[in-house]
Amino acid sequence: MSALRRLGPTVGVPVFAVLVAVVISGLVMAALQVNPFEVFRVMFDLGDTPSQQMTAVVVVLNRAVPLFLAGLAVAIAFRMGLFNIGVEGQYRLATIVAAAVGAAVALPGPLHVLLIMAVAVVVGAFWAGIVAVLKVTRGVSEVISSIMLNFIALGIASFLLTGPFRGSEPGASIISTADIPESGWMPSLNGIFGALGLADPPRQLYGFLLVAVVVGVALAVLLNRTRFGYDLRASGLSPSAASASGVNARAMVLKTMLLSGAVAGLIGLPDLLGDTRSYTTDFTAGLGFLGIAVALLGRNNPLGIAFAALLFSFLDRALVPLQIEGLPASVITIIQGTIVLAVVIANEVARRIARRSAERGGAAADAAAPGDGSTSTGQSAGDVGGPGGTDVQGTGAGVSRTAGAGQADDTRGAGA
Amino acid sequence: MTKAAALLLAGGLALTACASDEEPAADGGDTGGGAAADAPKIGLAFDTGGEGDRSFNDSAVAGVEAAIEANGGTVAKLSPNDDGSNRADLLTQLADQGYDPIIAVGFAYSDVIGDIAEQYPDVTFAQVDGAVEDAGSPENLTGLLFAEEEGSFLAGVAAATKTEADHVGFVGGVETPLIQKFQAGFEAGVEAVNPDIQVDSQYISPAGDFSGFNDPARGKIVAQGMYDAGADIVYHAAGGSGIGVFQAAAESGGRAIGVDSDQYQTVDDPALQAVIMTSMLKRVDNAVEQFIGNYVEGDVAGGENQRFDLESEGVGLSTSGGFIDDIQDDLDTYREQIISGDIEVPTTP
Repeated sequence: MSALRRLGPTVGVPVFAVLVAVVISGLVMAALQVNPFEVFRVMFDLGDTPSQQMTAVVVVLNRAVPLFLAGLAVAIAFRMGLFNIGVEGQYRLATIVAAAVGAAVALPGPLHVLLIMAVAVVVGAFWAGIVAVLKVTRGVSEVISSIMLNFIALGIASFLLTGPFRGSEPGASIISTADIPESGWMPSLNGIFGALGLADPPRQLYGFLLVAVVVGVALAVLLNRTRFGYDLRASGLSPSAASASGVNARAMVLKTMLLSGAVAGLIGLPDLLGDTRSYTTDFTAGLGFLGIAVALLGRNNPLGIAFAALLFSFLDRALVPLQIEGLPASVITIIQGTIVLAVVIANEVARRIARRSAERGGAAADAAAPGDGSTSTGQSAGDVGGPGGTDVQGTGAGVSRTAGAGQADDTRGAGA
Repeated sequence: MTKAAALLLAGGLALTACASDEEPAADGGDTGGGAAADAPKIGLAFDTGGEGDRSFNDSAVAGVEAAIEANGGTVAKLSPNDDGSNRADLLTQLADQGYDPIIAVGFAYSDVIGDIAEQYPDVTFAQVDGAVEDAGSPENLTGLLFAEEEGSFLAGVAAATKTEADHVGFVGGVETPLIQKFQAGFEAGVEAVNPDIQVDSQYISPAGDFSGFNDPARGKIVAQGMYDAGADIVYHAAGGSGIGVFQAAAESGGRAIGVDSDQYQTVDDPALQAVIMTSMLKRVDNAVEQFIGNYVEGDVAGGENQRFDLESEGVGLSTSGGFIDDIQDDLDTYREQIISGDIEVPTTP
């Protein structure tokens, strides 16, 4: 029962949001005299031949990998109540530096890839660290500083690309860094298709998919199964309660932003190592901002983010077949926009329900076992679960902070 | 805070939805009704901005429509997503659906079109603004290139002849090699007339940030700065941001030079028309129409670039409004000199 109630918002909110978005966009389409069922049919039509269908699957997965990493990067900070809008700048800067370093050195295969990843992680963490230091030492809002640092990061990336890191011919129409030699490429996973008896598509499935899965699992463990993750979530739910229980708030801000930036540094690598091999003026932009939507939809939970990334990526793929069929592709944008809105509204509703049930449950528990705060209200939304608990809540600032305030006793009791 | 951000985000997404894809794309089958089986099924993949930009992309559409008028056939028009990450998918899907020829509009396709062309050796590809060398020179790709610097040189001549303040300006959208060709030609043209004229050149956004092609507000600010500093004629190569340049010109009593299409005709506002002295035409429509014509005739060699310059009238100056009629002789003199090779126009500033 308790598990069901906890899972309720995690699964229910996004599913509800997606359904609402589908219904609303269906109504919009009907109003525009477009047959919504035709649109949905085209969206799910992956192609005629097995090879085309597998290509579509690869396209969806390849797009989902960076979205997933972007969602994770945003979510780590969200869980702590920090809003890292700077993911965009962090990954752009990390990618160009990693591309330049990767092109400049020659190492045996795995080492080369690891070096590129390490550089990207360090640069991403460094850029996010500036935000943390400003917040900890000067009290600068991370929202303001990270937005501003985005502009600076893009400027620096442009400067590096056209200046010191330029590797393309002077007349070439696209400016790029020098190509990373083959030892630094991430092998594709297309062998899987053969092993599973499926058609091998011409498009290469990013090997970085595996890295993303590992990062996702590692973060899930870190957040839910370690002291650090517990402190992080506790700080996000109730900063005052966390610091009362001995969590060093400043150190947590610094560590969380560094971790968020480190993950952000990886966002550009699937494309860089799996496809483009160099950072160009055309390198995919905007993933950092999409990551905010993905994190919201996934309720800051790594598994949820994976589904959210796949959904966004699936919707994105549908843009092309819809246009070929002569159907309005803006439907996709409408669906994506309404999903985000619906998630916010559903989160708010879930928060109110949770608070009400927490108030009732809290009162009952207090009556039953006064003084034993740490064991009460297992079903409440603000419950942080304890270091070994299966936390599925924690949607960052919006949902949990208020609910958490009512749970101050629990937090302190469990943390002590 | 999270909620506020989410609302902003949703608003942004919704706005983007309004801004793009107003038209359903494919005109499947409504043209060339009883076209023969060999009528071309043309695939057109746009640059970011998509159809309706009243500039580059629309010019390609005009070319396709003219070609369909002449040869029959149908067209599917695809726009990339906001971050342009699905360019390869656009081309793949067009090829999978049997579209042939496939025309990619914009240099941004250089990264992907080479691989796709090799995957579909039986399909004929063309890329506007992309040299086949950048895509690895596949046999079935034709590059449709323009001598933007030559047309811009004439724009520079016109500006230098017409300026009363001996001070002109150039606003580029994004600092890419392509737009630098416009700048280089313009500056050379001004200098050829009078080396003492001051030229302010500025870009709206740096390389890697493509917002500069679609940001009229910043285009206006940049141009306004030039007029305030004493320039009286500003030439823009900034795509959709150019409208801001015209607005700045109208408010400052200055004049402006348009780009790509005859913007005097497309701007739709008499107040702005009055400031558009001329436009540097880049006849994407002619190039596309000619390419499709060649394809229908079976004349596409492939693996090489077609260059459209002053001589083939691929670039030139528009005369709408009659503002430069009085200096047409001067312009023709320079035009002849460029065609004959007496004047070498630089491609980098």
